[in-house]
Amino acid sequence: MSTTTTPAAEGAVIGKDGLATLVDLLRARGFTVVGPTVRDGAIVLAELESADQLPYGWGVELEAGHYRLREREDGAAFAHAAGPQSWKTFLHPARVRQWRAERSDGQLVIEEDDTPPPRFAFLGVRPCDLRAIAVQDRVLTGGRHRDPVYQGRRSGAFLVAVECTEPGATCFCASMGTGPAAGPGYDLALTELVDADGHRFWIRSGSPEGADILAALPTSAASEAVCETARQAVASAADRMGRTMPDTDLRRLMAGTLDAPRWDDVASRCLTCGNCTMVCPTCYCTTTEDVTDLTGDHAERWRVWDVCFDLDFSQLHGGPVRPSARSRYRQWLTHKLGTWYDQFGSSGCVGCGRCIVWCPVAIDITEEAAALHDWADRPDGEP
Amino acid sequence: MTTTVPVPYRVTAATPETADTVSLELEPIERALPAFSPGRFAMVYAFGIGEVPISVSALRGRLVLTVRAVGAVTGALCQLRPGDAVGLRGPYGTGWDLDAAADSDLLVVAGGLGLAPLRPVVHQALDRPGRFGSLAVLVGARSPGELLYRAELPQWRTSVQVEVTVDQPDPTWRGTVGVVTALLDRIDLRLDRTRALVCGPEAMIRHTARALLARGLPARRLQTSLERNMRCGTGHCGHCQLGPLLLCLDGPVIGYERAEPLLAVREL
Repeated sequence: MSTTTTPAAEGAVIGKDGLATLVDLLRARGFTVVGPTVRDGAIVLAELESADQLPYGWGVELEAGHYRLREREDGAAFAHAAGPQSWKTFLHPARVRQWRAERSDGQLVIEEDDTPPPRFAFLGVRPCDLRAIAVQDRVLTGGRHRDPVYQGRRSGAFLVAVECTEPGATCFCASMGTGPAAGPGYDLALTELVDADGHRFWIRSGSPEGADILAALPTSAASEAVCETARQAVASAADRMGRTMPDTDLRRLMAGTLDAPRWDDVASRCLTCGNCTMVCPTCYCTTTEDVTDLTGDHAERWRVWDVCFDLDFSQLHGGPVRPSARSRYRQWLTHKLGTWYDQFGSSGCVGCGRCIVWCPVAIDITEEAAALHDWADRPDGEP
Repeated sequence: MTTTVPVPYRVTAATPETADTVSLELEPIERALPAFSPGRFAMVYAFGIGEVPISVSALRGRLVLTVRAVGAVTGALCQLRPGDAVGLRGPYGTGWDLDAAADSDLLVVAGGLGLAPLRPVVHQALDRPGRFGSLAVLVGARSPGELLYRAELPQWRTSVQVEVTVDQPDPTWRGTVGVVTALLDRIDLRLDRTRALVCGPEAMIRHTARALLARGLPARRLQTSLERNMRCGTGHCGHCQLGPLLLCLDGPVIGYERAEPLLAVREL
């Protein structure tokens, strides 16, 4: 009978050189490698030519309406929480041409834009964002109709998840059940460790393609101690989340508080700028732009990100359905936390905290949900 | 082939219905879209200008769409002449549940342009006698000049009860004046076997539904067709939400049991 109760060792360990090899290998196999890098005072997502471009030694300081880079002494590459972009920038582009049309002598010819999309490898997908990709998968390809643009970009994508050991002050993935450990859906998962034993990454594969890449990397065996240290680092991150979503049935809470006075309160602060929708990794709404050239015989259809905070978003012939800021903020929040379940079977929020950080007036989704929860729980008779 | 690319159709007839409303009869130039059914809609592309959702208003042989000029795209569509081309996508959405209505008495209540998506239902009843029980059509319009399909109504009257009212009569009007709900008193409403199909401006839908529910018709036997901004028709653009519903998939035809609480919330 075995006397050990610790989980068996799994995966392998790579160093910074292994990470460099991973980027080179993915590029050699034809992937466009995208990962975090420092640019314009932020950690952005951009194409990487080598692992040297990763944000080694940079962390971030996050608060509501506040984002600053901070140097780190430990040289960690992934000790930062979500930046201003998410992977939807690449999978569900902000601007895409869907088709071209030509008109001549009463004839109309419409041709789909079938430019083959790049084959992406995403390096550094945080667990919250891994879940966000799964959410957008359901929204854009899980229903009666499939979005061909998203499907074309998503189907060949290779995902390298990196678990979170340094959550930010605006993070709340633990209370959304989306992190800090990586859920399913990755091809490779990394956990970064920087301690007395050096700078290294615990690496596991989650798909045959991931296992194939892993086999080509310079690895060493993962000891039980390394696995345990990594698991501990991720587990302790769950206890250091800066924010918490109220522990309640949010779908019911949203459906039951449509008349709450809190919507007027938040509307008095909200600028309806739509920053929250731009940075949200699951917000997917789009509108269309139809353009013609000067001859008027060549037309194009472009699809661009749209924002439910715009008056035009709900425009009908009689005017907008949601003229007030109150109704537009309510639409965004109740969709994200509530009706998303009805439409797509899950929450639309993954707890990344981006909407809090990039709100110019520091509106905090967890604080708004908590206020609605308090109102719903108020003693009988109070307004 | 994907559902985001329009298919070219040719206008074979453009019939003015009112001062600002035109019915376009269309035929495919090469490939045809799958068959439409009453209550479902097409995304209609006016070359270089844009696309709008339009419910089908006739399916007897050729596809007919009735369009009111209220913006840039619908304005361009209303200018089309026979021989012109449009792009069409569809059929999209959920139409009238007519299978559930087989053997029931049908009560069709339309306000203004709301008669357009209901016209294929009337046609089915006329073309296939016995499919439904009795059929009564109640039509309300703002003025006599805004009454749709005026030339067709006498033909309907030969086998169907048709009652028409206008809000603002002109000197030639000899018919009823008032809101469409007043016409409910003229029909023999058999509560146990009637199904009501209601379409029009949202205020008209709410008032009509309230009047029918007050007479004892259960909400589950009332369907309505609702309108929201739509950019894609495929459930991906987010514009047509009404609370938990995506009207391009769950609607535009919605059972009133689901619609009623949503329509009661201001600016939802």
